[in-house]
Amino acid sequence: MAGEATKALSKDVLWGGGRSPFSISYGKMMMWFFLVSDALTFSGLLVAYGFVRHSTTEAWPIGEEVFRALPFLHGSYPLIYVALMTAILIFSSVTMVLSVEAGHRMDKKGVIKWLFLTVIGGAFFVGSQAWEWSHFIHGGGGYLIAQDGAKYWVHNDTHDTHDPINAPGFHLQKAVPGHYLFGEEHVEGAAAEAIWTNKVNYVDGANMVRNEYGPPQYANFFFFITGFHGFHVFSGVIINLIVLIMAMQGVFHRRGHYEMVEKAGLYWHFVDLVWVFVFTFFYLL
Amino acid sequence: MERDDIIEYSLDAHHSEEVGRQIRRKIWQVTLLLAVVTTIEVALGAYWKEWFPNSWQVVKLVYVVLTLIKAGFIVAVFMHLGDERRNIRMIILLPYALFILYLLWIAIWESNYVHRAWEMFL
Repeated sequence: MAGEATKALSKDVLWGGGRSPFSISYGKMMMWFFLVSDALTFSGLLVAYGFVRHSTTEAWPIGEEVFRALPFLHGSYPLIYVALMTAILIFSSVTMVLSVEAGHRMDKKGVIKWLFLTVIGGAFFVGSQAWEWSHFIHGGGGYLIAQDGAKYWVHNDTHDTHDPINAPGFHLQKAVPGHYLFGEEHVEGAAAEAIWTNKVNYVDGANMVRNEYGPPQYANFFFFITGFHGFHVFSGVIINLIVLIMAMQGVFHRRGHYEMVEKAGLYWHFVDLVWVFVFTFFYLL
Repeated sequence: MERDDIIEYSLDAHHSEEVGRQIRRKIWQVTLLLAVVTTIEVALGAYWKEWFPNSWQVVKLVYVVLTLIKAGFIVAVFMHLGDERRNIRMIILLPYALFILYLLWIAIWESNYVHRAWEMFL
């Protein structure tokens, strides 16, 4: 397609100086080098996650059991929320590449329109992640370990974890190993209250030390990987916002090209690319 | 100092309205593909176990392949790496592949041993 790469250059000119053999500007090349190193960091995190998950002998939580809630709705929607987040990020990536394309035509209005939508999409994604973190930290009711060592899920209608026994609809459910909030028999009434009173331990929500979903490393990796990615999204939104303001002031139009949009776009697409891998290796597998 | 490094390459990236229309069509095609693949992934995650229990390993393999397809289209089309010269493509992809394939191999290999060690001594 269009661009420098399609330009025919004879081989002896290429490496002879005065012209980059890569036919790419300094800024774009450095952005690519940064992205390669950043990709190595993210790959390291995901491989470490795989290592821990593969080497552990404890049951590992299942993505579509842990992440199945939607805001304002009750019921079970496995992975729908994460899929929506993925869709938001992919579409903000599309608006970004449309902004870059508009820049190649020196279409200032187009650049501003698509870049603005990109910023909105990115802000939506960061907000969604905040909701997901909050939901993950609060959990779905928690579990208790009874005196005989059995594990019970603690349920009540309001998801109260501070005083669940006095919340409406309080009951217990004997846990099935390896499944989250899944159970065999329900225990209600006085029997449930007796188990609660004599419990050995009660774990609710998630923090860096323990969580109701599974091994502590699960929550640790969730916080670290999605947090590190979320920080990338956040900084990407800030960068896009700065580029948007510069485009609105006509800085790039006076300069004669919109390469800054392209460079910010590379970073933004990379953030989307990382999320594609996080989505697969953390949520789906 | 005069910036002679950015101007010429950046101007070469300019294109006409006609070429722009073709590029935009390609962008929307890739968008559709990414959306469809993501929908397939979520549907597999939600329903496969009910329909075909005990074949989850197949789905895992499908996930990895679909993810690599998505990543390939994002890098080649959205990040325009497919339009760059072969030199720059190789200088970006080869070092990354070298490190990560090695890391993957050693992590899978070692985690097998660690898993067995935990089983034996716990």
